[in-house]
Amino acid sequence: MGMPVSVHVRAVEPTRPDLVAGVARVFAHLRRVDAVLSTWRADSDLLRLQHGELADAHPWLAEVTELCLEAEERTDGLFAAWRRRDRGRLTFDPTGLVKGWAVSGAAAHLDVVPEVSYSIGAGGDVVVGAGPGPSAAAPEWRIGVEDPRRPSTLARVVTVRRGAVATSGAAARGAHVVDPRTGSGIMRAGSATVVGPDLLWADVWATAAWVDPVHARALMAAHDPQYALLTL
Amino acid sequence: MRRITTWILSTVSALVLLFSYHTSTSSGAAASVTAQADTDPGGTGSTGTGGSSGSGSAPSAPETGGSSGSGSSPSAPGTGGSNGSGSSSSSAARTFTGDAVTTRFGDVQVRITVKDGRITASKVTRVPWTDHRDQEINSRAVPILNAEAVDAQAADIDMVSGATYTSRGYAESLQSAIDRADL
Repeated sequence: MGMPVSVHVRAVEPTRPDLVAGVARVFAHLRRVDAVLSTWRADSDLLRLQHGELADAHPWLAEVTELCLEAEERTDGLFAAWRRRDRGRLTFDPTGLVKGWAVSGAAAHLDVVPEVSYSIGAGGDVVVGAGPGPSAAAPEWRIGVEDPRRPSTLARVVTVRRGAVATSGAAARGAHVVDPRTGSGIMRAGSATVVGPDLLWADVWATAAWVDPVHARALMAAHDPQYALLTL
Repeated sequence: MRRITTWILSTVSALVLLFSYHTSTSSGAAASVTAQADTDPGGTGSTGTGGSSGSGSAPSAPETGGSSGSGSSPSAPGTGGSNGSGSSSSSAARTFTGDAVTTRFGDVQVRITVKDGRITASKVTRVPWTDHRDQEINSRAVPILNAEAVDAQAADIDMVSGATYTSRGYAESLQSAIDRADL
């Protein structure tokens, strides 16, 4: 993944051992995901499998593969992990799904720590949650959505107690999102932000909505109404 | 007009750990981030203890990095916090320099001055002036960002979703400085 990750927690005693251990597990989880599923580390399980160097793959590969299949179906192909590159070579790139899946899985390590509220920011995606305890006490986190046309300014603010915010667009890395229908990168102004319960699906829908906002909005209303789309 | 990259609070209620794949030896396990302060020539700051965590993006895989600030929770009963920084006399101004962050356009580094738990000044100390176009981008972006980092405290934002390269480099570096200040 190669991105900076910030974990913020709110608790009466933020340095208590179970909380510190929970945060350490968040980072450990992300490191493990990177080792298994990185598409740019040559020693990751994913790449070694694609190059035929690995017989026994980590079970996460199967899980991610299944999720990619489900994502492709749910988004009617707007999200597609399998793509034909030049010379017709079929490649599997689950990166668009892995990031949300990984951070969501990492956050689960804090969901079991009592009396804590947390927010994890990872590469423009944000997940917010809280451990067990009186749920009325889970504070709100204010998540700013950056204006894609004016860097370091905010277009909106979303308040979340538990949930995720994912944004897809070309502002950060250019046309890195490929339109599966044309095979070319999408380079236009704007962004798509999805707010919903799970970062994995918020990420998938944000990517799908960046590809085709109109179609994605209709699909989301039909299949995943808990997820809200904001296009800028 | 709303503009913000990060939010700084005067009451500490958060424990922040910063992780970087780039510097795996310094990641994760620190219980609290303590301040590494440079004494400002005009101020009477004291040197805090080390223990800064690494930050920055891995240049070969330019994923978007998140910028975030310490959160506050005024109403929830379960919050409060400890100030993890070293010796602090609240009336002295202390200066924190973030890690230099390598962006696609070059290195960006930010220094902030903290007094009484609030950022009173921020200065970009390194910009990617490698060519004429970079100068164009930065001459517009940097002064705005400098002003915004100080005004950021009014915006009450905990995290930001989405960003762009040069601003991200700045934001990450500012985030690094803020995380070190452990506000």
